Amino acid sequence: MSKAQDIIKAAERRDLRSRWLLSAPSLLIIFVAAIGPLAVVVLYSFMVKGDYGDVKYWQFSGEGWFSVLFERGLFDDSISLADAHLSILWRSVKISIITTIVTLIIGFPTAYFIATRPPNRRDLWLFLITIPFWTNLLIRTFAIQEVFRNEGVLNTALIRTGLLEKPLQIMFTDGAILLGIAYVYLPLMVLPLYASLEKFDFRLAEAASDLYAKPGRVLRRIILPMVKPGLIAGSILVFIPSLGAYVTPRVLGGGKHLMLGNLIELQFGQGRNWPLGSALSISLTAIVMLSLLVYVRASSKSGARSHG
Amino acid sequence: MPSPAAAIDARGVSKVFRGDGSADLKALDDVSVTIRENEFFTLLGPSGCGKTTLLRLIAGFEFPTEGTIRLYDQDIALLPPYLRPVNTVFQSYALFPHMTVGQNIGFGLEMQDKPKREVAARVDEMLRLVRMEDLKDRLTSQISGGQQQRVALARALAPAPKVLLLDEPLSALDLKLRKEMQIELKRLQTETGITFVFVTHDQEEALTMSDRIAVMSKGRILQVGTPRDIYDHPEQRFVADFIGEANLMTGEIAATTADVAQVRLVSGAAISATLPAEARPTGKVTVMVRPEHAEIVASTASATLTGTLESTVYFGTDTHFNVRLADGTAFVVRRQNDRKEGRQLDPGTPVGVLLAERAAQVLRD
Repeated sequence: MSKAQDIIKAAERRDLRSRWLLSAPSLLIIFVAAIGPLAVVVLYSFMVKGDYGDVKYWQFSGEGWFSVLFERGLFDDSISLADAHLSILWRSVKISIITTIVTLIIGFPTAYFIATRPPNRRDLWLFLITIPFWTNLLIRTFAIQEVFRNEGVLNTALIRTGLLEKPLQIMFTDGAILLGIAYVYLPLMVLPLYASLEKFDFRLAEAASDLYAKPGRVLRRIILPMVKPGLIAGSILVFIPSLGAYVTPRVLGGGKHLMLGNLIELQFGQGRNWPLGSALSISLTAIVMLSLLVYVRASSKSGARSHG
Repeated sequence: MPSPAAAIDARGVSKVFRGDGSADLKALDDVSVTIRENEFFTLLGPSGCGKTTLLRLIAGFEFPTEGTIRLYDQDIALLPPYLRPVNTVFQSYALFPHMTVGQNIGFGLEMQDKPKREVAARVDEMLRLVRMEDLKDRLTSQISGGQQQRVALARALAPAPKVLLLDEPLSALDLKLRKEMQIELKRLQTETGITFVFVTHDQEEALTMSDRIAVMSKGRILQVGTPRDIYDHPEQRFVADFIGEANLMTGEIAATTADVAQVRLVSGAAISATLPAEARPTGKVTVMVRPEHAEIVASTASATLTGTLESTVYFGTDTHFNVRLADGTAFVVRRQNDRKEGRQLDPGTPVGVLLAERAAQVLRD
């Protein structure tokens, strides 16, 4: 009896060991590629900044983190809030939230349309959705610029048709950045929404309609609650990269309307303040994790309610 | 003829599904039918006969290509489902998985913006009606198939529809549960007094529950009548074949009176047979006899039909005698088994067949 138990225990140990061995390569990659660099960035954020970029190694200071929110006066030691950083942070969060909402409003009908096509046609529509991915992001962004700029396609058309007298200033505004980001990340909203809607049993919508629910109520009471996983996945996939967007605000915002990504880049380039850049990067990661946490909490809570 | 009010009156209804590159599909072809108030009406037919399409037209999930559908004198053919006082029990039940049993049952009333207290009271009443009081707060995924069936029924009955549509609701249940639910459905129909329109491909289900049956095939209604009418006097070959078993013989009309004809069979024997309604066929006809409406006898002397016994098959409750008639047609006689050990008939012996009064029916060919 005890011998049999020993054999089972030994087998379990062997099993555990081989599992660790088998997963070792992926664990190594995760450590080297994800946790390692993050640790380096954290380390840099606590060092003293070098005079021409870089950091003074192994000289530690909290100055980088201090500068995230505060700035010192040029001539005295007065301390004030770093308004520029705060407005950039606010713009990033605002643009990301609005982008998520805009892609939801455009993406849901799109995904619904595809999911309600005959099965053999859906692949074609999905294929069309992925076409923008064939072109490099930078090139797509410059293409948007060609549409938006004062002498661009849109303004020329509006002036030629007499709807406008002088060109509408679209470029270098928050609106341009928003439209650009929404365009770029729209497929990331459509695809998970489609995956949820495709599994949705449309007979349930029929049943609701049979039970006197008008179309709007069918959507709110039956379809939306059931495709919630897709709504959440799509929102996360759009919100997170929007928050860290770099190319789009750089090109369409023209250096005046910065987002977090541009601010971070600035510290490693012209700003020559690597500790501040590192601290900002970690802040961005923290914001993302925090919003994810809030999102997951909120969605699981409402899930629990409907199960209760 | 004074008849009860028509709950549903469909006139000349056709439904064509536009083919996707292929040929169009005519699911319903000029169907007219009247369903009376408070009746249990069954649409019976094989899959693809159009019975579900007709139901979906009444529910409002599809719209007719041609024709009118009236619900108590209101033309509903083009109304969306949420404006029709008609509810459906779906084959798949289509219960809302993110809601509890109680929320499912209350959904229709809630969508009609009934006061909360009224909805709650009606939900409790419905739960009592289908005997599910204990399961009100369960999710629909946490209850058995039979219970889901009851919830689907309660949900459709809760708003007190003028007509309840049932789309093969029992097909997913096992045999024992199905028998129970057949009785349950009949009880609910009697208790609520609501008109039931029931779709099935199961002839037994149709015969046991219905007040009247419409037999459908290839987008048309072939015959409408009480279960007894349909079974004893099928007017078409398809109806005779689809419901129960049928012996078919060919013969020639010798003489006709009001609704009975004298038919001379190929074998030379003359039998009297019921004529289909409003039909005066002449010449060659097909005659149908149900196997249990005939009797097998050992002597051929006074028998209506004569032939040779080919085999006997024992089925427990009854025995089938396969007879080859003198003219070569196969004829089956079914006899209820009893405790008496009747004289055994050996295969190969000549036998006679007696037909019961009004057993034979002339088919409309």
